Amino acid sequence: MKQIINRLLKILFVAIIVKPVILIILGLNIKGRQKLPLKGPAIIAANHNSHLDTMVMFSLYPLAKVHKLRPVAAADYFLSNPLIAWFSLNVIGIIPLSRKGSTRKDLLKDNLFEGCHEALDNGDVLLIFPEGTRGEPEKTSKLKKGLYYLCKDRTDTKIIPVMTYGLGRALPRGEALFVPFICDVVVGDELPEFAASTELVELLSERYALLLNSCLTYKAK
Amino acid sequence: MLFSQIPERSVYAMIAIIAVLITATIIQFIISYKNPDKDYTELRQRTLSWWWIIALLFLFLGMGSSATIVFFAFISFLALKEFLSIVSTRQADRNVVFGAYIAIPLQYYWVAEAWYGMFIIFIPVYLFLFIPMRMVLKGETEGFIKAAGTLHWAVMLTVFSVSHIAYLMVLPGGNLLAGGVGLVIYLLFLTQFNDVSQYTWGKLLGRHKIIPKVSPNKTWEGFLGGLLTITMTAGLLAPYLTPLTQLQGFAAGFIISAGGFFGDVVISSVKRDLKIKDCGNLIPGHGGILDRMDSLIYTAPLFFHFVYYLHF
Repeated sequence: MKQIINRLLKILFVAIIVKPVILIILGLNIKGRQKLPLKGPAIIAANHNSHLDTMVMFSLYPLAKVHKLRPVAAADYFLSNPLIAWFSLNVIGIIPLSRKGSTRKDLLKDNLFEGCHEALDNGDVLLIFPEGTRGEPEKTSKLKKGLYYLCKDRTDTKIIPVMTYGLGRALPRGEALFVPFICDVVVGDELPEFAASTELVELLSERYALLLNSCLTYKAK
Repeated sequence: MLFSQIPERSVYAMIAIIAVLITATIIQFIISYKNPDKDYTELRQRTLSWWWIIALLFLFLGMGSSATIVFFAFISFLALKEFLSIVSTRQADRNVVFGAYIAIPLQYYWVAEAWYGMFIIFIPVYLFLFIPMRMVLKGETEGFIKAAGTLHWAVMLTVFSVSHIAYLMVLPGGNLLAGGVGLVIYLLFLTQFNDVSQYTWGKLLGRHKIIPKVSPNKTWEGFLGGLLTITMTAGLLAPYLTPLTQLQGFAAGFIISAGGFFGDVVISSVKRDLKIKDCGNLIPGHGGILDRMDSLIYTAPLFFHFVYYLHF
């Protein structure tokens, strides 16, 4: 029952707030939309400049599929305030991830990713920001290796790189004023297999650079 | 009631435009049916988009002048957003950009109030002074001139120019058999028909390039053919849809055709400068909203002031 209510809340939130704000007030130039995975197990590896990144991804999904998309988000940030925590967990449907855990070698990585694996087994699509944080507007920060540890033992999961550009102009980190700017979203091809964490990071950086070049508003910089 | 307040002649004009669109759609189906191995996706998208544009425009025109003003305010919003997204803006100017958006409801409010004096100076004077003032308060001087110029230019193109179309709806008197809707349809139809004519004449007879650095496909033959076609058409339609006499209509057609050409190549130059092909992908088959509105940016104020000077 709770699940049904949460799913309904999510659909309402996406239909009434996310889609109108993102598609009309903000506006998107979308490329490669047909490559977006509507069913899991799959991971969308997107660059991160703004909280709007997540909303943009939701706006691309048909309402019947929005519950499949699960953003993986920092537990320390999103669970600190009870109201935001409730909203993040029940309406957005985030999978909380402890950022501290990754630096502690003694902590088992499998344990850390338990929620992620559960969702993938359930056929969900994870939304992961491999940069770990929003960083400077319109700059891709150094990619972290967490994504590698999550999927190294999973053969069933495809990774789709997605580049968003321009959101750092519309709502950069630390700013409260939302200013409409059209943003680019480019969905890339599925990543090939990789053997080591450095290889994945390299592969992903290359893909991001490639996708960035097909962003219309990138030339504006 | 929807459409009940539209003067009779404008209703006929709308029906005629829909008939043109139906004809174009039928031709498009015949072409793609006769050449099944060729890809006509773009042509199909283009025609379908035209149906959407016409349907939305007529719907809002049908709801009266207030609805039409809101409609064009929204068009200005989309166009301004598109422009600001393809040109470079400084991160420090986000507040100023926000201010530029605020200019839209204000400008269209003057239109709705038919406050001509304010409508005509608000953006050229007050916003012109406001933009650098707001930037100074932020204090970032690096790239100041370019940023101030870009922003003001953007609002002039997408808000000031476009709002002239809406102001046609609130002009008092004029040709009562066609009303403000008649002027709007006259302007929009001739501007778009001019694009088509220049293109068609250019395809048929084009030899001498007119402005090769900006638009390699534009020719003198296309330009002059369009000029003649639009001047004639405008003269014939003027007494029916506008307060203009036939002679004045010829002049209006000349202005619309030449103005439309320049609007087109000005936006082309912007795109060349930015090294992009289209301004966006909002309208399938056409590109961005600016790709469709480019000629109107010039024709709207030029036509408006021509009519205003002579008849209002």
